[in-house]
Order: sequence, then structure tokens, then C-alpha cells
Amino acid sequence: MPAKPRTLLEKIWDDHLVCAPDGDQPMRYIDRHLVHEGTSPQAFEGLRLAGRRIRRPEATFATPDHNVPTTDRRLPIADPISKQQIDTLRNNCREFGVRLFDLGDADQGIVHVIGPELGITQPGMTIVCGDSHTATHGAFGALAFGVGTSEVEHVLATQTLRQSKPRSFEVRVEGALHPGITAKDLVLFLIGKLSTEGGTGYVIEYTGECIRNLGMEERMTVCNMSIEAGARAGMIAPDQKTFDYLRGRDFVPQDFDRAVARWSTLPGDAGAVFDRVEIYNGGDVVPQVTWGTNPAQVVGIDAAIPDPGCFADAADRDSATRAIEYMGLTSGTRIADLALDRVFIGSCTNSRIEDLRAAARVAQGYRVAPTVHAMVVPGSGRVKRQAEQEGLDRIFTAAGFEWREAGCSMCLGMNPDTLSPGQRCASTSNRNFEGRQGKGGRTHLVSPAMAAAAAVQGHFVDIREWQYR
Amino acid sequence: MEPFITHTGIVAALDRANVDTDQIIPKQFLKRIERTGFGQYLFFDWRFLADGSPNPEFELNQPAARGASILVARRNFGCGSSREHAPWSLADYGFRVVIAPTFADIFFSNCFQNGMLPIRLDEQDVDELLRRAAAAAKAGTNYRLHVDLPAATVSDDAGFSKPFQIDPFRRTCLLEGLDNISLSLKNVADITAWEAGHGLPPVAAAGR
Repeated sequence: MPAKPRTLLEKIWDDHLVCAPDGDQPMRYIDRHLVHEGTSPQAFEGLRLAGRRIRRPEATFATPDHNVPTTDRRLPIADPISKQQIDTLRNNCREFGVRLFDLGDADQGIVHVIGPELGITQPGMTIVCGDSHTATHGAFGALAFGVGTSEVEHVLATQTLRQSKPRSFEVRVEGALHPGITAKDLVLFLIGKLSTEGGTGYVIEYTGECIRNLGMEERMTVCNMSIEAGARAGMIAPDQKTFDYLRGRDFVPQDFDRAVARWSTLPGDAGAVFDRVEIYNGGDVVPQVTWGTNPAQVVGIDAAIPDPGCFADAADRDSATRAIEYMGLTSGTRIADLALDRVFIGSCTNSRIEDLRAAARVAQGYRVAPTVHAMVVPGSGRVKRQAEQEGLDRIFTAAGFEWREAGCSMCLGMNPDTLSPGQRCASTSNRNFEGRQGKGGRTHLVSPAMAAAAAVQGHFVDIREWQYR
Repeated sequence: MEPFITHTGIVAALDRANVDTDQIIPKQFLKRIERTGFGQYLFFDWRFLADGSPNPEFELNQPAARGASILVARRNFGCGSSREHAPWSLADYGFRVVIAPTFADIFFSNCFQNGMLPIRLDEQDVDELLRRAAAAAKAGTNYRLHVDLPAATVSDDAGFSKPFQIDPFRRTCLLEGLDNISLSLKNVADITAWEAGHGLPPVAAAGR
């Protein structure tokens, strides 16, 4: 009898079953564990208190990213609590034998940027990190998801997790994106359709012509924001682009061709059934701008701030009313009329080389508006060096953008990069929650090109009409 | 971990949807390396005014919510980041139960790791709880609920009683206050077998 056709998720899920003890949730093997300074100290402390070691230090990789300064790295860290957290990561990695890409290491960077660029992330793997944007790595056909600190400790000690089986959700995007429309616009559009909890309990597999045509960095942007639709993870089946991206990277298997042969069996079988399917068309996507305090509160650049009364659901109306008040907006104001104080280009969503190239193309030959403070924060040391080799840093600095060192920076404002109360920011990051970028700060999520254009004009503009110089 | 069997406590009503973990515990408090002491920072930006005094408008600062140990909120509670600081701060503040129509996955799972019980009830049941809590507050008193984990029910003294669903494994862990890692390390032979079957070199004995 032929085997039951399986999805990509089912293949990875089945392959990682360690055991299913009676009455327990089955245990699944975790292939790679990424660690940062923010959510790991208590996990290492737990190991220490119990006298445990890390089961597979060689499967564990660490880097400080969440609260590191993005200014001159030769200077000491001013905030003693930040410094203590970064020192703690360093000491823990030394004590437990974990490979650390430390501050000052050429390969330090945002954990979700360096995982792929070092080839730590590979198809078919289970990958976890104490960070909800771990879904990024799903772009390679891995099952990657965020976990809390107790589960970080569990993985360190056992290299396994107990997780209930997620339901499978195919988000199929047909057609093609119009010129100027990016992966960021696509994923914001999808979150707007799915809502912030439409994916709860599911792992999303993005499929369809529009997804297949995305490059690897664009696929990472899409998978990265799966959590903003509530999904535990997002994934895209590996293909030739995936293999081409990985070939030659530091931590890929030595017998790469054999690995490719194995990875090639991962895409879902014909006839595999998803628990849920939604179909969209890439041609429907216009440049997106969030107006509210969750990523599903999003509209096209040609739209206006909505009237809360237009939401059918009472909780949505209430959320929209609170959001409009917090954001200091008025229903009916055109998105293009919103003036900005700050622009942030960076984060695990949009800080890779292609993001910076897209922003630099827009900024080339222009100046940042005098009313705007704009900064570009590369995702990793490698991205920074690559950008500098291409002269992107000079385009940015000539235009008046600040050019910073790698880290999470103003995506969550744990380091000194924060908004002041009331400041309005165009940000390429992933969350526009109240206070996310600084208490009282007002975040509008956009693509790198839209952010760069907004920096130049001082307000949002439709990137489709940009005059490139 | 402290076992959870039954719990009776005062309700704090947070009539909001999509309460994200950035609100539950703002990022400026994530730099600490301890697991304890986060209760003072719970809902910090909502709970306190710029001068550090309690915000009289905020739900948890209402007299009826004083001493609350059961939080009732609207759907998609705990969305956003994976920070376990969110359940740590709720637990440290004194909450043992959170009731909402839906929860974000990571937050939901993090609660169980900390002896805290997240309960999903239907939207109309949560409506009813919020109504009853509001009525009690208006009458100058507080509203109490009783949670029975072995029976998997939530009830009050005025006729409200609803069953809830809970995964049997998670229920056992809460009831017995089990340490997940010790439990998993009992299966170390299976872990070793999986690794051998997938071509990984053997590891040295992995702790106790």
C-alpha cells in the first residue's frame, strides 16, 4: 500500500519523534538551538542549580543581539544592567561550552540573520530559540519556532521538546507581485487578512507561484512575521534557491550534494492534505502601512485611517478606538499625510543585504527630511561589511541616515535606541505594539523602500511613484 | 513547582482583546537575569503614570481588583513575543489563573511551565464573567471565582459553572507540580537512540 501523502510539516514532525511515553506528550528532537542574551540567563541558571549540562553544545549557537548598543563598539556599554546581561551570556557560553558570536566578533548579529548566513539553518531541521521570530528560519524548509525560557532550559538539558501537534495551514499566494511591491508588503497584507490570531494553533506553509518566485531573503521576511498572525511557525518548501543560498556557508554539511539529495525529498507529497487552506493573489498587494497597535491593523498606502465603526466585531472596534487614540490619529486622515519624526531600517524582518540595497536605491541622491531622524541598523556584521563593500553606507550617510552596528536596536528598544513619547516612526520591524519602540512611541510598519522614501519626504509616499536618481 | 489543584480568588477584569506581552511586561525590564521579582513591573506602562504613581484609570488599580489572583481578559491574550517574563510577572504579582476566549500559543505554553493555569472559555462565557465582575465592582465589592482542576470547571457562588478543556498531560503536570526536565530525562535512552539513528555522534552522559 502506498504511504499516505504528507506535508512538509508532517515529514519533519514525524522524523523528529523521539518517544511517546504513556500519558505523556511525545518528545521531539531539536536539531538546532539559537540563544541570545535576553531569554537565556534564567535557563542557564536553572541548569546550574540542578547540576545539569547541555546535552549537545555543538547544536547550540549564541550571540548577543537584543540589548547591544549599535553605536561605537569600542566604547564600554553604558547601561550596567545591559552589560551584566551580555557578560552573563559570555560567561554561560564559556562555562557550558557553547559557540558564541560575541560583541566584536565579525559574525555577531541578530540571531535570525546570522543563523541562515552561517548555514546553521538547514532544511528539514527543527530549530528553536527563545524568541518568537524564530519562524524566520522556516524560509529554508525547517520547522522553526519560538519558545519560552523554561523550554530553552529543557532543550539545553535534553535536546528535545514536548509540543502538541500543530495543525497545518496552507497559505497559497498565486500570481505575481507588482513592481515595487516587496515581501514585507505581502506579509503585512496576509496578516491583515488573517488577523493577529488567524494562525493560532497552526504552522503555516506558504505555497504558490508568488512565494516560489521570492528570493531567500524575501522568504525569510515572510516567514519571520508568521507569529504576527498568531502562527507557531511559517515555512516554505526548500528548492534550488534554498540549496544555492546555502552552498559554501560555514556550517553546512561537508557532503553538500548528499544533503541536497536528502533535502529534495522534503517538499510535501502530491495529494497531502492541510487542515486549512486560504488562497490569495499577489497581484492584489499594494504598499502596506500599519496604522494601529497590532500588525493586522494595516491598510494600503492609498487608504486612510479607518473609522472604528466600520469593524463588525465589538472587540475589533474597541481595539481600533484605543489604537487610534494611542497613535494620535484621526479617522479619515490619508496615510500619505502622516508626518514622521523617526525612520528605522533594521530588525530580523528587514535588515539583510537586499533590504539595505532596496532602501539605498531609494535614498540615492536624496537627503533625509530635516524634520526626520533616520537610522539604518544592519542585521549582522557580515551584512554591514557587504553593504560597505557595495558603498551602501556612503549612500545612506550622504543622505543623512545614521549607519550603525548590528543588533535588534529600535525594533524593541531594549538598548538605547528608542522613540520618545509621541514620536511617529516609519519602521521596517515587525511589531507596532504600544510602547514597543519606546514608551509613548508610535510605530508604523512598512517595507525598507517605503521607510527610506518616508525618511526623504518626511511623510509616507507611494513607492510606486518614486523618482529614482 | 507548586502543584495546582483548586483555587478560589478575586477576579481582575481586563476588558481588552489582543493584550500583548509587551504590555504585560515592557522590554525595559527584560534586561534582568533573574526569574523572580517581576510582579512590580507587570503592565508597567498601563499601571503607572509618568510620575510613577498608580494610574487610577487602569483596571488592576481598581478597588475591586485588589488582591486579585484570577485575570479575565478578551481574546488572543499574550500575543507577541515569547518572553516568559510575561507569566513570571503575572505569577509574581499574584495571579494563578488567566481566563480568556483564546491565548497566543507561546504564552499559553509558558503559563504551564510556571504553575499557572490559562483557561479558554467561550466568548459569551467570558462576556458573562466580565459582566458579573463589573456588576460586583459597581456594588462596591469584588467578584470571586472557584477553579477546580481535577473537575476542570470554573464556577462562582451565583450559579455560573462552566467546564473547560485541558490537555491531560498538562493537567497531570500541574496537579503534581512536575518538573518537565526531570520527566524528560527519564527517556534519555530514547534520545540517545534517536541520535544514533540519525547519524549523530554519541554524547557524554547528560547530567542527571
